[in-house]
Amino acid sequence: MRSFTYERAATPADAARAVASHPNAKFIAGGTNLLDLMKLEIETPAHLIDVGQLGLDRIEKAGDGIRIGTLVSNTALSAHERVREDYPVLTRAIQAGASGQLRNKATTGGNLLQRTRCIYFYDTNMPCNKRAPGSGCAAIGGISRQLGVIGTSDACIATYPGDMAVAMRVLDAAVETIRPDGTMRSIPIADFHRLWGDTPHIETVLEPGELITHVYLPKPLGGKQFYAKVRDRRSYAFALVSVAAVIQPDGTGWVAFGGVAPKPWRVPEADAMLPHGAKAVVDRAFADARPTEDNAFKIPLARRTLAGVLADAKA
Amino acid sequence: MQDKGIFNLSRRGMLAGSAASVAVSQGTIASAQASQASSSPPARMAVNLTVNGKPHRLELDTRMTLLDTLREHLQLTGSKKGCDHGQCGACTVMVNGERVNSCLSLAVMHEGDEVTTIEGLGSPDDLHPMQAAFVKHDGYQCGYCTPGQICSAVATLEEIRKGIPSHVTEILTGRMRPTNMEMRERMSGNICRCGAYSNIVDAMTDVARG
Repeated sequence: MRSFTYERAATPADAARAVASHPNAKFIAGGTNLLDLMKLEIETPAHLIDVGQLGLDRIEKAGDGIRIGTLVSNTALSAHERVREDYPVLTRAIQAGASGQLRNKATTGGNLLQRTRCIYFYDTNMPCNKRAPGSGCAAIGGISRQLGVIGTSDACIATYPGDMAVAMRVLDAAVETIRPDGTMRSIPIADFHRLWGDTPHIETVLEPGELITHVYLPKPLGGKQFYAKVRDRRSYAFALVSVAAVIQPDGTGWVAFGGVAPKPWRVPEADAMLPHGAKAVVDRAFADARPTEDNAFKIPLARRTLAGVLADAKA
Repeated sequence: MQDKGIFNLSRRGMLAGSAASVAVSQGTIASAQASQASSSPPARMAVNLTVNGKPHRLELDTRMTLLDTLREHLQLTGSKKGCDHGQCGACTVMVNGERVNSCLSLAVMHEGDEVTTIEGLGSPDDLHPMQAAFVKHDGYQCGYCTPGQICSAVATLEEIRKGIPSHVTEILTGRMRPTNMEMRERMSGNICRCGAYSNIVDAMTDVARG
């Protein structure tokens, strides 16, 4: 690991200013992803600003919904009474990811910023446009079974690996931030993660120094809520495909897919096909898919996983 | 308590010392000093943490993980380094009562925190009930993952008691129970290469029944 200086921020505004004013500075909260990448020298910050003591660790009622502090741990968020009762898809998604130890440490904001698990991103002997812009992509033509089938580009076929954000996409969450100049904004989660395009190293719409402070969940959707995850082991593995869904008694609803794209994948026109069954939804949601030979199985797998969810919704 | 720095001396101190003696023997000590001056030394910081009830004030390289601090500075070598990337669970300790991977946490992030390691759970003369149950049920072979397994097992039963749901919990708003499936799912962050899993769950079941 490269040497770095470290400071504890006193306020969110101080933290944002501190990152913006240091060359090569990063926020650290739980550290479960950043430290992993720093040990491999995939991330090499010269200065860390610890935001862990900012007090943004509460879940509060806000209008018809709830506001989640960015430092709320995955465990605390998934176990919160309001979340279990009103947003069970979120509890299910969080509990489908990582291990008990990691969920105790991982934070809400940090989890949104979790970087890809593409094996070529992790292997510093390999070209990777995300790790070293312009160096090429070893995944294209490489072993791509785990990688993206839609929303990818000629520069990068990695996926956003998380589960929590897939549930948040179905719930139409908003990511609230503070910028170095002290202004705040609310970013719909649909717009938060970018498609890779020609710049796969830029993964979100956050500006330099912009700090996530909260995630807002709007009014509960009701219905039956599901998070179905298919992976190579039954626990503690990243998704090959996951399905987050909220299904109403009349068969309408909302659905997002994980493990398939640079962001939680949701297509509103595909939501509208839910009463017509899993095939209709997946045909629409994956109409523009560009799978590799290795990962083309993900599309029928998404259809079958959603079919299982829809059968459970009727039961 | 001040850091005794025994391992400090034996590692970085010895390396620096031997480099200096090579430089002296070749008559190039000035250039060695010059190259040291041109690269800034690794950043260090003070941190206060309480480990197994004892307060410590340490002056550390900012890169020190909580795991390396426990093992190399406090000589608490019960917590093990397996993968060093949060995948195997051998480094599991409790921080403020919650289990974490001590390899994926910087010591300087734990200012004021209370850490419990396997050494703090029990002693050879006064085993923690989970340690006694692991012995009774043969919950190990080589023993390398065992300190992490035991810390994780103690925390797992506490998480069930507190009503934290898991991936296999059927009714999210109901009472959590320490079933075989619940314990297996919740222990998935602790890998045992010897495959003692079923005996580990037997040990946990014993403790859960009280």
